[in-house]
Amino acid sequence: MFGNYITIPHLLIFFPLVTGLFTFLIEKEAAVKAWSLFSAIVTLVISILSLVYSNNNELSGLTYNYEWMKYIGASFSVGLDGVGRVLTLLTAIAFPLIFVATYKSKYKNANAFYALMLLSQAGLMGVFTAMDALLFYFFWELALIPVYFLSSKWGGEKRIQATFKFFIYTFTGSLLMLVAIIYTYLHTAATPTSDHSFSIAAFQSVLLSAADQNWLFWLFFVAFAIKMPVFPFHTWQPDTYEQSPTAVTMVLSGVMVKMGLFGVIRWLLPIFPAAVIKFDNVVIGLSVVGIVYASIIAIRQDDLKRLVAYSSIAHIGLMSAALFTTKQIAIEGVMIQMFNHGINIIGLWIVIDLIEKQLGVRKISQLGGLAHKAPVLTIMLVVIAFANIALPLTNAFVGEFMMFSGLFRFNIWYTVVAGISIILAAVYTLNMVKNVFYGESNALTAAVKDISLNEKIILSVVVVAIFLVGVYPQPFFDLTKSAVSFITTRFK
Amino acid sequence: MNNVLQIVWLIPFLPLVGFLINGLFRKQLPKSLTGIIGSGVIFISFLLSVYVFIQVKNGNTHLAHYFDFINTTALKVGFDFQIDQLSSLFLLIITGVGFLIHVYSTSYMHEEESKDFAKYFAFLNLFVFSMLLLVMGGNYIIMFIGWEGVGLCSYLLIGFWFKNNNYNDAAKKAFVMNRIGDLGFLLAVFWLMSKLGTADYHQVFANVSKLSLVDITGITLLLFVGATGKSAQIPLYTWLPDAMAGPTPVSALIHAATMVTAGIYMIARSNILFTMAPVTQTVVAVIGLATAILAATIALKQNDIKKVLAYSTVSQLGYMFLGLGVGAYTGAVFHVMTHAFFKALLFLGAGSVIHAMGGEQDMRNMGGLKKHMSVTHITFLLGCLAIAGMPPFSGFFSKDEILAEAFKQNPLYWGIGVAGALMTSFYMFRLYAMTFLGKFRGTHEQEHHLHESPAAITIPLAVLALLAVIGGWIGIPEVFMHGGHRLEAFLEPVFANTNEYVKAHHPHEHLSHSTEYMLMGISVVGALAALLFAWNKFSKYEKTDAETTGFGKVLENKWYVDELYDSVIVKPIGSLANFFNNIFEKRGIDGFVNGVGKAVTYGSRQIRLLQSGQVGTYVLLMVVGILVLFIIQLFL
Repeated sequence: MFGNYITIPHLLIFFPLVTGLFTFLIEKEAAVKAWSLFSAIVTLVISILSLVYSNNNELSGLTYNYEWMKYIGASFSVGLDGVGRVLTLLTAIAFPLIFVATYKSKYKNANAFYALMLLSQAGLMGVFTAMDALLFYFFWELALIPVYFLSSKWGGEKRIQATFKFFIYTFTGSLLMLVAIIYTYLHTAATPTSDHSFSIAAFQSVLLSAADQNWLFWLFFVAFAIKMPVFPFHTWQPDTYEQSPTAVTMVLSGVMVKMGLFGVIRWLLPIFPAAVIKFDNVVIGLSVVGIVYASIIAIRQDDLKRLVAYSSIAHIGLMSAALFTTKQIAIEGVMIQMFNHGINIIGLWIVIDLIEKQLGVRKISQLGGLAHKAPVLTIMLVVIAFANIALPLTNAFVGEFMMFSGLFRFNIWYTVVAGISIILAAVYTLNMVKNVFYGESNALTAAVKDISLNEKIILSVVVVAIFLVGVYPQPFFDLTKSAVSFITTRFK
Repeated sequence: MNNVLQIVWLIPFLPLVGFLINGLFRKQLPKSLTGIIGSGVIFISFLLSVYVFIQVKNGNTHLAHYFDFINTTALKVGFDFQIDQLSSLFLLIITGVGFLIHVYSTSYMHEEESKDFAKYFAFLNLFVFSMLLLVMGGNYIIMFIGWEGVGLCSYLLIGFWFKNNNYNDAAKKAFVMNRIGDLGFLLAVFWLMSKLGTADYHQVFANVSKLSLVDITGITLLLFVGATGKSAQIPLYTWLPDAMAGPTPVSALIHAATMVTAGIYMIARSNILFTMAPVTQTVVAVIGLATAILAATIALKQNDIKKVLAYSTVSQLGYMFLGLGVGAYTGAVFHVMTHAFFKALLFLGAGSVIHAMGGEQDMRNMGGLKKHMSVTHITFLLGCLAIAGMPPFSGFFSKDEILAEAFKQNPLYWGIGVAGALMTSFYMFRLYAMTFLGKFRGTHEQEHHLHESPAAITIPLAVLALLAVIGGWIGIPEVFMHGGHRLEAFLEPVFANTNEYVKAHHPHEHLSHSTEYMLMGISVVGALAALLFAWNKFSKYEKTDAETTGFGKVLENKWYVDELYDSVIVKPIGSLANFFNNIFEKRGIDGFVNGVGKAVTYGSRQIRLLQSGQVGTYVLLMVVGILVLFIIQLFL
């Protein structure tokens, strides 16, 4: 319907890119905010259109291919398959949600702040649609670089330290990935115009010796593992989440961590299947250790942001483990869970941000008894908290159930150990609910006010999404079915 | 779709609607309307359950498929209901007893603020909804939705008065302990699905022969772990006594109509799996018996009226598991039913007492209430007689059935079981005598305030008392009356596979009539003796300040199990968390990362010196570089 040149992936990438660049030019803060929100909403509409106009076939769904630098075999090739649709949809939902939720936040140089946010969104859209390795790498960096600036300019007290750590980690990862991409590229088959090709099809059919596959696997894996993050590559995350402005933390945790998972789904599993099978035990072992490790640490966190960070590490660890089982049921679970994790964690950040904005603290030990004065906020938080621990009929249950089920088929003992996190998650989540919301209120929290109408609306969106997907998750399975089958057939 | 399927979805749906209305409009609705909606939806569900019960009486099973919950290449789970004799019996208990508890609550909770009152009823409805889902589900996954749902509701209701952090701790403890069990349940379901590819009851039970003995044993043991959490058995029982932090009618709901019976239901539902796993059967029976005894000993020394009742529930549940473990599925379900009647009665009666005493729960400050509260007193006495197993009250029939079956399996089971029954009789009449007999030991103010509760409280008590008296008559043993066990005949289709299997593997053994009379005689006479002893001793009870010493103190402190868990599990995990957080994470992993960072910073600081800005140095370095390249070129 859009002709041959402008496809939905284009719009998803270029709309935020152009509006983002334009944002630099706007001076008034109010106008910047309105403009960015407008842009984000338009992107959301485009993304929803992509669902309506889907014929849902493998990678061909909505593809566009332009030979960009044909003499080196790099092309501007973008497309949307089931995985891409889920993640672009998540990205498209996340940004307006974040903009509305943080609408009252004040930023110095708001235009630069919002411009960088939108550029990052464009980068994310690119990552989830790229069908060319070089393009993928380009967008990967485009998504990340704005975040360095956002965290280091607008972050908290220790932002420089935290951003530095974040930079070292992700820079290392990117570098490893670049090396791996180039090496793989050099082994791809020739095309009519060049000796090698960056296209995903060429990568998928690349001929590599087992030894090459093995070390390339690790380069890619470490790059993605840092982004997810998987134990022991995770220590950048709590610091960065804690120090970044909340809007940035929401982007990082809600959407960007999916870049790592997505990388595994698109660029690791289908391209290096032999190495995946060879190292599956190591990767799953690390992930499982990480799940329990992060859950135990979460019990001891006093800062709400760090608590959520560790809880997220545990959840992502399960997704990572599930992916490497290469079982159909587990990967189907990951698909739905990537979306739900994004929604739930953004919901948690919204609540934390509301508390911090009103009371100026995030320390659990300084809070308490919020439920007296803020019952609606409490109800919303309790719903999101129970979704976070995957109670049935909330969105996270089905995904978690399927991932554990796949893991069980892979190895019973991993499942038993990882399953401990089901219990630990209840411990740290309910501790938090109790210590922040229940009990007697103190001098600080006695003054808290319940949430306003627009805050109610935004949290209601999250809560409704939680129940909707929780009761009727089927559309996600229909959407991603063929994309998952494509991966699992590589392992038969 | 037949008639049953057309209406059966309404049974859980109505309580859900009640939850939504009372929850969303809690600020607008007046209390009277809230109470009517909250109780009304349950009453309609009860009427529908009666209809369904009549429909399945002739042995029909109805399967309903509503929509695909999960339908993927790898997994198909329908939102399915299975309505048969077992589920319909539970429907009656849940909605029937549940309704009475709702009615009772309209009066008991009347002092709450209007919006809290509505919140309370919303949670109560949600509780019933979850439990209904649990027993109606047609596969283990729908059952699990209800299974965790009741865990959530108990959490919400135990911590209903959220200002008090002790209550919040009790709520949290209930949820976390349940989750430990839930993990077992989940692992069992994963195991089942990995072997059979389905979690539908009828498909699983039709294909049990495909499972190896190891599979069946593993699956059933894990399911039983789930049951120990929900149904408060060793080692996961300690949440239930703490759960009395919630409003008293909630305790009645948890202990009688919902929640704790879930484990029994699940095992009865999976009867064929358990029957085929003799090892698990033994574990179930031994754990059940051990729990029955342990809880009974603790109940002997408790002074809080609700705590005695709570431990009596744990103990009675132990008997039900003993029944399940020896293959007396009907007996266990029978005991669920009679227990639901008398335990709801006892808890609601205790609530009536607490109400009259102005919130006092310590029996040492009660006494002589007989004069002031005649309805509560008489109904409570009937409840005590029922739980003590006095014929012809309901508890006698169900407990006797379990004990008789246990004797067949192993006389030792029976012996220990009877010892527990004697203790039951003792502590219940200790409770009765300390509360209702003797003279009043509370303050003058309390004495002045004593009164009988209003009709919304006494009518449910009367109805439950009637059921507690006659409820056992549907299961009269063969020795008394041929064809007297109507319940067994009714449930026959549910346990048909098991009966067939048992017939094939263990030729039927019958107890002779004389043995059965003797067993009954011993337990009844023993219980009566314990009753009279307690009655005599505690009707003359005087308050003393002397502290309990010796073994009594151990019992009073519940064998120090909570303390043991605290020092063996809770504290070590806390220390481990501290170690991970403060040392391993910060010094270990982060230390390494920061080390790399520092090395880079240090390196660049050194290299920076090279860029001194002096052109001479640059030229020199350039020349050196060219020379080096040149030399390399020469040698290669």
